Amino acid sequence: MTLEWMYWTVPTAIFFISLFAVLTAMGIWQALSPSVERRGFLPIATTPGDRLFIGIVTSMYIHLAWLGFTDFSLWIVFPIALGWMIVVMIWG
Amino acid sequence: MDKWENNRAWLLLIPVLVIVSFSAIIPLMTVVNYSVQDIMGPGNSLFVGTEMFQSVLRDSRLHEALWRQFLFSGLVLLIEIPLGVLIALAMPKKGWGVSFSLVALALPLLIPWNTIGSIWMIFVRPDIGLLGAFVNNVLGIPFDHTAKALDAWITVMLMEVWHWTSLVALLAYAGLRAIPEVYFQAAKIDGASGWSTFRYIQLPKMRGVLTIAVLLRFMDSFLIYAEPFVLTGGGPGNSTTFLSIYLVKIAVGQFDLGTAGAFSLIYFLIVLLLCFVFYQVLLNVGKGAKR
Amino acid sequence: MKSKSRVIGLVIYLIFIFLPIYWMLNMSLRTNADILGSLTLYPADPTFANYIKIFTDSSWYSGYINSMIYVTINTLISLTVALPAAYAFSRYTFLGDKHIFFWLLTNRMAPAAVFLLPFFQLYSTIGLLDTHIAVALAHCLFNVPLAVWILEGFMSGIPREIDETAFIDGYSLPRFFLTIFIPLIRSGVGVTVFFCFMFSWVELLFARTLTVTNAKPIAAVMTRTVSATGMDWGLLAAAGILTIVPGAVVIWFVRNHMAKGFALGRV
Repeated sequence: MTLEWMYWTVPTAIFFISLFAVLTAMGIWQALSPSVERRGFLPIATTPGDRLFIGIVTSMYIHLAWLGFTDFSLWIVFPIALGWMIVVMIWG
Repeated sequence: MDKWENNRAWLLLIPVLVIVSFSAIIPLMTVVNYSVQDIMGPGNSLFVGTEMFQSVLRDSRLHEALWRQFLFSGLVLLIEIPLGVLIALAMPKKGWGVSFSLVALALPLLIPWNTIGSIWMIFVRPDIGLLGAFVNNVLGIPFDHTAKALDAWITVMLMEVWHWTSLVALLAYAGLRAIPEVYFQAAKIDGASGWSTFRYIQLPKMRGVLTIAVLLRFMDSFLIYAEPFVLTGGGPGNSTTFLSIYLVKIAVGQFDLGTAGAFSLIYFLIVLLLCFVFYQVLLNVGKGAKR
Repeated sequence: MKSKSRVIGLVIYLIFIFLPIYWMLNMSLRTNADILGSLTLYPADPTFANYIKIFTDSSWYSGYINSMIYVTINTLISLTVALPAAYAFSRYTFLGDKHIFFWLLTNRMAPAAVFLLPFFQLYSTIGLLDTHIAVALAHCLFNVPLAVWILEGFMSGIPREIDETAFIDGYSLPRFFLTIFIPLIRSGVGVTVFFCFMFSWVELLFARTLTVTNAKPIAAVMTRTVSATGMDWGLLAAAGILTIVPGAVVIWFVRNHMAKGFALGRV
């Protein structure tokens, strides 16, 4: 039983490890001190978990837009998306 | 009454999580891995970073397929939702007619999707199909879904309406039956017209089921594959090549896994975002109805 | 006057539903020479040759048997795992409950084409390729979320006082669940079975990808009617008609609950 067909690469492995790490950290944080829903600048009431999800999905869209419309390196847009995620997590 | 709060409820979820993760997460990870590589064969792949995404995002044929897909899903909703509601309103409320029309309506839903394609392929052929022959010979309109883009679209739409309007009709019917009879009696006493009964009693009460209908119809039509593939094969030209058909063409036809992987992920992200928005809208509609 | 026009409209629509199916039935009772020779509204010289071919050729009828087997396995698995999960969603709040529920639904809405190749390789790695259980497991991807969703709707309709009373009376959760709760929601279970059956039965992509010969579904066998010498219309039509039959039988049994099942399911 080999997993060669999954074609793992280092960058995708890092991507998934950090994704699971963030989710686990989020789970532990919410298990220790559960947060309640609140309203931020987003049009719906959200918990930190919801904001994390919204942040991740919208950052993926930001990356795609960057790739589709510009020729610059992704390293420029990565901090922008990260900043956007922090904004969503705190004020969303 | 609030639900019980208990994190041990997670234990009840374990079987579902195991079975769905097995089928969902491992393949999804693999697709992500495909998307950053140019894969020539087992053990022979080249890391290309985001090149695949870039080429997919700038692929004009993908843009065309995407707009075609939105147009298709939009038309599906515009036709099927009102038609389904009309059918539900026309359905009998008691007697043998109820069972009969329920079973008849449900019939297209239970036919395997490629059989649906086959049924319509036979039905619209100019030489051996009833509809095709009727339109061509009796009405005298040259109609050929394999040669003309518009004809192909009309055929696919007709098939889609035939296949799925029943779902909307069944949902709307279930919503209508849930309205207590007293509402209609009150409306009758007030001398309300048929239209105002519909507008102020039936339509608001159907809001929940109709939202579900809109959601299901949007999602399923956005992912449509087997029926148009069997019927038209995506043609003539690329005129009925919807997103799924184009994706399968790249993945299977050209065996271009990297591009197909990137395409899949973008497709998935579109569906994910739409799902999330619809889901939130629906939850809030539900909240509004309860208060 | 008004109701008359409604009935006429409904009848016209029902005719629209039956016409293509009727035409297929018409084709299935004729020979290819007859089909291509002339266009007649009914089979002038009906023949059962196409059906006889399907019922006597094992590569044909085994397709139906294979489909039936994996649909049944899938329905059983889906129901077994979805019942406890639906109970958890309808009775408890817990960490991440809404997110898990949404995640399950996204699987139902993910484009199947995304997963095809990895599925093929995953199942060949664990040695399940070309078995019924492989197709059944793959169909769980969209049927389990659906089952959880429908069952949750039915379960939420049962007042929680019933659970509380039973627990005070000393019932354990599993015993309460099996002896009291499941009988209460049996119509919901029926509707769920219907939907799992339906979606597993109509699905083609996974079933075709994961099977080669031993578990090949009827939907894939049907593609054999296209050959170098042209389409075998009569055989294709007969096979198509036979794929409608199991569905029609199932609808008849759940016709009274079907509409309710649609309405209660929560998105």
